[in-house]
Amino acid sequence: MKQHWLERPGTIRLLLIIFLCILALTLLANLLTEVHGWLGLDGTFAFNAWYGFATCIGMILAAKLIGRFLHRKDSYYDRD
Amino acid sequence: MTGISAIPPGLPLILGALLLPLFGQRIRAVLVLGLPLVALALVWQVPDGVSLKTGFLEYELAPVSGDRLSRLFGTVFAIMAFAAGLFALNRTRLVELVAGLICAGSAIGVTFAGDLLTMVAFWEVLALASTLVVWSAMTDQSRRAGMRYLIIHLLGGVVLMIGVIGHIADTGSVMFTAMKPDSLAHWLILAGFLVNAGAPPLSAWLADAYPEASPSGMVFLSAFTTKTAVYVLLRGFPGAEILIFLGLYMVFYGIVYALLENDMRRILAYSIVNQVGFMLCGIGIGTEMALNGAAAHAFTHIIYKALLLMSAGSVLYMTGKRKCTDLGGLFRSMPLTMICGVIGALSISAFPLTSGFISKSMISEAAANEYLTAVWLLLAAGSAGVFLHAGVKFPWFVFFQKDSGLRPPDPPLNMRMAMVLFAFLCIALGVWPEPLYAILPFPTDYVPYTRAHVVAMLQLLLFSGLAFFIMLPQMKRTLTITLDWDWFYRWLGPRVVSQAMHVLSRWHAHKRIDFLRHVGTLFGTLFLYHGPQGILARTWATGSMVLWVVILLGIYLVAYYY
Repeated sequence: MKQHWLERPGTIRLLLIIFLCILALTLLANLLTEVHGWLGLDGTFAFNAWYGFATCIGMILAAKLIGRFLHRKDSYYDRD
Repeated sequence: MTGISAIPPGLPLILGALLLPLFGQRIRAVLVLGLPLVALALVWQVPDGVSLKTGFLEYELAPVSGDRLSRLFGTVFAIMAFAAGLFALNRTRLVELVAGLICAGSAIGVTFAGDLLTMVAFWEVLALASTLVVWSAMTDQSRRAGMRYLIIHLLGGVVLMIGVIGHIADTGSVMFTAMKPDSLAHWLILAGFLVNAGAPPLSAWLADAYPEASPSGMVFLSAFTTKTAVYVLLRGFPGAEILIFLGLYMVFYGIVYALLENDMRRILAYSIVNQVGFMLCGIGIGTEMALNGAAAHAFTHIIYKALLLMSAGSVLYMTGKRKCTDLGGLFRSMPLTMICGVIGALSISAFPLTSGFISKSMISEAAANEYLTAVWLLLAAGSAGVFLHAGVKFPWFVFFQKDSGLRPPDPPLNMRMAMVLFAFLCIALGVWPEPLYAILPFPTDYVPYTRAHVVAMLQLLLFSGLAFFIMLPQMKRTLTITLDWDWFYRWLGPRVVSQAMHVLSRWHAHKRIDFLRHVGTLFGTLFLYHGPQGILARTWATGSMVLWVVILLGIYLVAYYY
């Protein structure tokens, strides 16, 4: 089967580089934008970047933890 | 109070939907697409204030009463009915089309109800019609899920009705105005509203019932029930602080459950709860900007959520599969469905230049303006989490991820047109928000596109995306479901009852016989009076009942005129 251009390792590496560049650009934009923190914490450098990253890791780990207790086979209720 | 402005805007949808079975395919298509447009036109004929009054018992009802808020919701409900009708036009069961349009009509009916009794009447029609939409998938699962859905919503309806009766007894007024949760009656009304909003502890009905509907059925369902609840909360309980806490719970409940979920449409169902959580927060904050934000977010949410469900529905329609573990790599053969799904995913994540950005940011900014630091921080984390579970997870696992080997084409033309229409609206509202801002409940000069705001949102979302891909090994899908509050009535309840029966059956025989004799006597007495031949329940011919009703109505009519 012909490989789709999006699947080629070269394309994927290129996309990854572009993504990382965009991430860097948003951090750079932070330097050029006047940030006025209203609530204290949001005045720290690149607040939204580190906060978004950290809370997402936190939410995924929390979900994993909750899943450990609440996960059941997807046929769980079918037995009734 | 006469003329076109006195026609309840939802009525043509409900009556027209009931006529659908009389016509052939072509006229039916015209009606399905035309009726929502008629409703939309009527929505904009309703002026501010009461435009239709009618008497009921000793109360004066206002079945048609308009203001900016009702026109806003009426507009988006009508647009939604049009697009969902278009999406559902091919091969959908007739009963689903009829029920779907009745859902839309009754939701519009609620938004223009000036009094509580009219509101409750349309509210119940909405519950029945949406149950029919679930059932019209005609599977065993949909039959059972629909029954659970119906029980929960009838329960909510009863709680609401008790509250309404209490409110009328307390105040003597049936008018639907802003209330505060300060009396038992008002708490009950609030609880009835919250059942439909998917608030805890009864949030599980949403992810339980909606994904069992057909591909087009879930598109209909996603819009009306929960957003009608948002509307009545906006009108009935603006500024009720408890809504902030409930809303925040729903935001994170939606994220965590969606992250754990494997079924693509259940992911999107959990994300409805998550999004309604944002709206509840806005209503709870209660400032003009927060209420505007909640209303605007309901408007944009209906459109992008329908788009996401059309995209997921197309995948289900073409492949028959709904689990992430079975899907993947569909971008090759379903490019349009993928692009529309990604636009929906970006919109729900509030990416700049999409509709979510111009609405959700109003709620966060309202929280910041009130110096609600914790709320603001949690909403920001919630926004990041939306990108995680709906913005990246849904398109990634369905369209990319691995090659599932499936090569279905894009869906039929009408489904593609519905998706393109809503994808266009998502971008159009994001680029050009002014028309939406102009019809919000309160005048606003809010400017969403400031440099600081765009940079902040891009950072938040893109770094969330980074977190997703770093944590990808942790996100591997498994064939699991996650227990929810519905465990109590789906698992524990039936077992408690069967255990009780078991204990009862082992009871000492003589005591049991004694007990059963008493029960038998009781039922015998009841049967004597209420049985088929009983004096209190003698069967009356339906014809004579109808005759008496006709006579009574005739007398009423004559008496009314003279």
